[in-house]
Amino acid sequence: MDLNDERGNLAQVQHVVLVLSGKGGVGKSTLTTELALALRHAGKKVGILDVDLCGPSIPRMLSVGRPEVHQCDAGWVPVYTDANKSLALMSIGFLLENPDDAVVWRGPKKTALIGQFVSDVAWGELDFLLVDTPPGTSDEHLAVVENLRKHKVDGAILVTTPQAVSTGDVRREITFCKKTGLRILGIVENMSGFVCPHCSECSNIFSKGGGEELAKLTGAPFLGCVPLDPQLSSCVEEGRDFIQAFPESATFSAISHIAQTILTSTEAA
Amino acid sequence: MALRSYSWLLQVFKFTSGNSTKALSRVRDNVPVCIRLKSAGAADRSLQERQRQHMARGLPKQKPIAGVKQVIVVASGKGGVGKSTTAVNLALGLSANDPSKTVGLLDADVYGPSVPKLMNLKGNPELTEKNLMRPLVNFGIPCMSMGFLVEETAPIVWRGLMVMSAIEKLLRQVDWGRLDYLVVDMPPGTGDVQLSITQNIPIAGAVIVSTPQDIALLDARRGAEMFRKVNVPVLGLVQNMSVFQCPKCHHQTHIFGADGARNLAQTLGVEILGDIPLHMSIREMSDRGQPVVVSSPDSPEAEAYRNVASAVVQRLAALSD
Repeated sequence: MDLNDERGNLAQVQHVVLVLSGKGGVGKSTLTTELALALRHAGKKVGILDVDLCGPSIPRMLSVGRPEVHQCDAGWVPVYTDANKSLALMSIGFLLENPDDAVVWRGPKKTALIGQFVSDVAWGELDFLLVDTPPGTSDEHLAVVENLRKHKVDGAILVTTPQAVSTGDVRREITFCKKTGLRILGIVENMSGFVCPHCSECSNIFSKGGGEELAKLTGAPFLGCVPLDPQLSSCVEEGRDFIQAFPESATFSAISHIAQTILTSTEAA
Repeated sequence: MALRSYSWLLQVFKFTSGNSTKALSRVRDNVPVCIRLKSAGAADRSLQERQRQHMARGLPKQKPIAGVKQVIVVASGKGGVGKSTTAVNLALGLSANDPSKTVGLLDADVYGPSVPKLMNLKGNPELTEKNLMRPLVNFGIPCMSMGFLVEETAPIVWRGLMVMSAIEKLLRQVDWGRLDYLVVDMPPGTGDVQLSITQNIPIAGAVIVSTPQDIALLDARRGAEMFRKVNVPVLGLVQNMSVFQCPKCHHQTHIFGADGARNLAQTLGVEILGDIPLHMSIREMSDRGQPVVVSSPDSPEAEAYRNVASAVVQRLAALSD
């Protein structure tokens, strides 16, 4: 009971996984969303915490619109995307009055808000809580890691695109994980290869194999490649469930493979 | 404890709803206010007086960078849309269009500096007698980046305050010489770095980069709003990665959507400065440290960047009239 009190609202959360990348625009939010959906398909209860204060995009990707956030005794009630309450979401996007508002904040303010975000959301029972972070290694990241320290964090998934400019940034992120004692669950190479819908020629727009090489170099497990798929990006734009819409695509099998690996590696730990 | 933090949050939100720049200076002043509350009595009035003076001082005065005529920032709310690539090629395009102009490049992305890689530069800057850092030069462009000062794999895990002092150093402690344009590559988001730069130096204009998908546009819009709030003119939008042409069958695919940025430009009332296609050669050359404007100046990609550069110059001229 004492233990539960200390962990507060996260007491009934089984696994906490962070999604990180040093570079922006590599698909953290997309991957977080798709992973959450894939885990849900595997019968898990999943929560997503969107701490990208400056550019929250997950509400849009899950097409939850702009609901009111309610409060209960335990804190903020997350927004559920379905009646079964199998996918919960909390994002700064819900708290802004105007979706176009820019959150132009300095560090201490962000730290305070994230402290609240981590401790005051009534998640209830969850199998997985995925935390989507902004790019870089700054106040937000430190605040998340510090505030989650009381609770056991299972580890972090690092997302990169294959080109050298991006893997360089992710190398810094790996050092960040080592310094803060975060376990690296694995590296995902996103946007690797684009198959022309017209002639099926695969072009590696952003090169290929950068993520795998990085994984080898740093000894982190490599989780897989997710191809650049216009179907996926349009699903994300429109907030449709990609995993339901295109269960035959190669992208789907890549994502579900990653979800499986995460399931086994967190269960084992 | 919970109660206290709720009230703090309430305060936080109250501040954002008002005039943001004013609010920020108030937040900064909050700290000394709290400490002063402890000492009571006669000293109160003089303290209030001092507080009032402190508040009246407002934001720091903008001071130009020595030797630099015009500062152009390249920004976007979202990451990975091609800010650094655009910034590098814009700087090179500016000097290619008019070789008489001198152009510098400052990489303000403290957490993930990409300019060293893109410009094929490495090493530590030397110091001048005045203890200023000498920028590293490649392709005729003097460059300064956090990447020159730290090791390649070292993460920069810094809080906002440390980042601000680093930015201050990168802005003030560099011997730029005489520059007509300084192109600043901003980090993603709307945080400490963006605020510090816009508050500390006068900026001639901002170029917003976005990919055409709605989610990037949302963030780009926030970026543009931020510059409005701090009174920096938005020169226009660069639409990046708009179309991909299959190298085999030349079929064109709009992977990230087609004309999103154009619509956003209309709603924001700004111009489109250019449209850069998603092209393998841009990425390959960038990874090799050979920006397209220099390595294949005759390619349509290089021309697209040069057009952006001349559009920027035109807009700047129009603004100064």
